[in-house]
Amino acid sequence: MNRRLIPPYLWTGGRTHPSRNVLDRLSVLRAAGDTVPRDVTPAGRRVLEILQDGALPLAEVAAHLSLPVSFVKVLVSDLFDEGLLTVRAPIAAEAGPLPDQQLLERVIRGLRALQ
Amino acid sequence: MDSARSSRDIYLRNPDQRLVKVIVSGPFGVGKTTIIRTLSEIPPLQTEEMMTATGAIVDHLDGVRDKTTTTVGLDYGRMSLGDDLALCLFGTPGQQRFHALWKDITRGALGALILADTRRIADSFEVMGLIEEQGIRYAVALNVFPDSPAYPEADLRQALDLAPETPLITCDARDRDTSLAALLALAEHLLALPALEQS
Repeated sequence: MNRRLIPPYLWTGGRTHPSRNVLDRLSVLRAAGDTVPRDVTPAGRRVLEILQDGALPLAEVAAHLSLPVSFVKVLVSDLFDEGLLTVRAPIAAEAGPLPDQQLLERVIRGLRALQ
Repeated sequence: MDSARSSRDIYLRNPDQRLVKVIVSGPFGVGKTTIIRTLSEIPPLQTEEMMTATGAIVDHLDGVRDKTTTTVGLDYGRMSLGDDLALCLFGTPGQQRFHALWKDITRGALGALILADTRRIADSFEVMGLIEEQGIRYAVALNVFPDSPAYPEADLRQALDLAPETPLITCDARDRDTSLAALLALAEHLLALPALEQS
């Protein structure tokens, strides 16, 4: 593997800011197509390749590729802008001052079922 | 080790599965890695987060050329609660110098499970300070080691400055049942909180 020879900021084509600050560690990513276009950057290609077989949260894509989460946010933002992947937001537990009661009841049922 | 990427079991069970963030924190060496390994259905991962020398999180690429940036690895695991929901566990270091990282990681979290070790209870003071500062709801689980001294609960509560309603449970981070029970105590506490906060 020679990826460490190239500073990650060059991989992203010099982009410095994600165009979408809405990206979260738990945003769910899916590849939009079955094939990876030829003109995708090497790092973008790795993101799309790992998503060919299923959906993953952004943080897990970053971990599998051994890249900092912040870099992957930029890559994902570009791939999203190019229509190459879809992004789904996680549950926002911060929506209200208190956690969603229905969600908590569902979590409790789920944990009890595992016991 | 098998290549995780070649198997399908690294993926979400269902692309529409809702993901809920749960923080697992505590001092260095308290068992965060172990409990995440015990509970996760996927091979545990490490996420790399970039920080500046002063502890600020880097969420853009400007700082990359700057030699003062450093990466910190966080343990991560995921457990499904049926096909429609999964808890994503973020092992977050409990030291004050990770203050900015805490703020960023805990955003949107349902709550936090704080691990403590009764052999060195003072090591938990920093994480209790972070919790207070961030206002995240939590439960405390004592990770029991073979040589852990048994202190009266009242003494431990006083040492950790816990509110009377905050759960204080014991678990063995290597053991699935007691680790699940610790998460359940956290979830039940979060559900009971609105009534407690109104009274």
